[in-house]
Amino acid sequence: MTRRFNIRAVAAAGALTLVALIAAFPFLWMIATSFKTLPETVSSPPTFLPAHPTWAAYRRLFDELAYARYLANTLILVAIGYVGLVLMAMAGYGFAKYRFRGRGTLFMLVLATMMVPAQVTMIPTYLILNFAHLTNTITGMALPGLVVAFNIFLLTQFMSTIPDEVLEAARIDGAGELRIFLQIVLPLSRPILAVQAILTFIAGWNSFLWPLIVANDESKYTLSVGLSLLNRQTTVDPPLQMAGASLMVIPIVIVFLLFQRHIVRGFTLSGLK
Amino acid sequence: MVGGARTLTERFNVVTTSIRAKATTVSQLARPLRRSPRRRRPTTRAPYWFVAPSVAMLLVFGILPVLVAAIVSLTNMDIGDLASPTHAHFIGLQNYRQLFGDSAFWQALRNTVLFVAVGVPVIMVISLAIALGLSRSESRLYRALRALYFLPAITAIVAISLIWGYLYNSQFGVLNYLLSTVGVSPVEWLGNSNLGRASVAAVGIWRATGLDIIIFLAAIMGVPQEYSEAAAIDGAGRWRTTFSVTIPLIRYALFFVAVTTVINWLQFFDEAFVLNQGRPNPATTSLSLYIYQEGFKFNQFGFASAGSVALFALIAAVTALQLRLRKSDD
Repeated sequence: MTRRFNIRAVAAAGALTLVALIAAFPFLWMIATSFKTLPETVSSPPTFLPAHPTWAAYRRLFDELAYARYLANTLILVAIGYVGLVLMAMAGYGFAKYRFRGRGTLFMLVLATMMVPAQVTMIPTYLILNFAHLTNTITGMALPGLVVAFNIFLLTQFMSTIPDEVLEAARIDGAGELRIFLQIVLPLSRPILAVQAILTFIAGWNSFLWPLIVANDESKYTLSVGLSLLNRQTTVDPPLQMAGASLMVIPIVIVFLLFQRHIVRGFTLSGLK
Repeated sequence: MVGGARTLTERFNVVTTSIRAKATTVSQLARPLRRSPRRRRPTTRAPYWFVAPSVAMLLVFGILPVLVAAIVSLTNMDIGDLASPTHAHFIGLQNYRQLFGDSAFWQALRNTVLFVAVGVPVIMVISLAIALGLSRSESRLYRALRALYFLPAITAIVAISLIWGYLYNSQFGVLNYLLSTVGVSPVEWLGNSNLGRASVAAVGIWRATGLDIIIFLAAIMGVPQEYSEAAAIDGAGRWRTTFSVTIPLIRYALFFVAVTTVINWLQFFDEAFVLNQGRPNPATTSLSLYIYQEGFKFNQFGFASAGSVALFALIAAVTALQLRLRKSDD
């Protein structure tokens, strides 16, 4: 290694770090602000670190606003998302390991839905939900995004790498089709299911459009809708807003950091060759 | 199953392949499953039970809405018809005539085109530059940096809008404070102006780079080392290698990112919606936002459906064009 190369490497690392810090600045600012007092956040010049750190804003979210309710609704929404994951895993297995009449056509239909943009389905889907009396319910918020074609595609690709011999052996031993799925296919698919589980959590936790459209009562609001409410209020209250934002962001960051490696590995093993 | 000993490069290799698989999905519709499974007992009805729930969901929430949108766009349906759909009736192409005569529609279309024309190239250049930088090393620092860059991509849009709304605040936002330190008077970052448009687009760009960086990084790390070594032996410098070897070799990822980013920005919605706190701002209203406002604020379902059909046609046409350009490129 020449000396010149080292200087270059240091310069590159320095520049990348600087840009990363600029990109991450809004998050740092959010967390710092959430611990400040209201006067401090609207004063000039602004301070970066809180002068008198306080949890007051977080407490107010739960005391003055129905944040506990929003959180519970969000967790229900995420839980329903996992039902969708089970359905998608079943479909992935069906497409990957069986040959049946209409298989090609049905799989094509699944893929075709990937090309339809969300905004086209927005109003018709609302009409369909209304027809089914599912507006203003958490189920109604979850249904439109419950089954995602691209996830079925990934699961199908992964599951097609499971050796047929394993399944055949289980059949000879007298295992039923459902039992093979639950006790052999699902455990063998753990890497891809791990990724899907993380993505399902993030998608449910962050989902905004459908909760916004479907929820009418405050009792049905999710964290994202409740947070957008904070945004609309006429009184400006940065610590409260930033505390609300932090409550939405930090769990996702923790989930992401904990499972980052699974995400990479899952993609590795989905074996799309 | 778990290849624990695999190197990161190998992993990224596979991610690259997966990106390829994504990119070709559309063109592979004709032969959906390459790997055909072996003969199965023909009598079992099990596969239908396995695929039925998902297929049913996608029929109801993926295919049916397109048909419904097409039909509703020919009616005068509004909120009143939700309770008793009695007065809704077919009015032919009236909605489309009204749509194309609405100056707000053309403004929204212009905004959308502008967002795509500016946003997509900027996102691609920034993401590619950062990914090229990040691909230099796999050290702990660089892995941490990757996570930092990915952060905006996994954050809820509502949280993003609150954070940026505070930064952009005209009275006590940090950005105006920074301007004041160099003697510039406060500006209205989110106003009905080109600046308002730029501010909204900047947040969209900031948010979109995370995922694209990861995709580019995966593709770059999937380029076999031998190519750049061979280029080095031939006397190519780092820049030359980047532009003549690496970038041509990741053109598949470039294409994939271009297509998906264009589609996403044609549907530009979240940033414009939340940053303006639901208030209509003509300078930042995209087509999607226009449809939402007409449909859910003013409750004109028929009219808004006509708008969504127009948007669908636009996206389909642009995507088809891109796929065609891609084909002629090969």
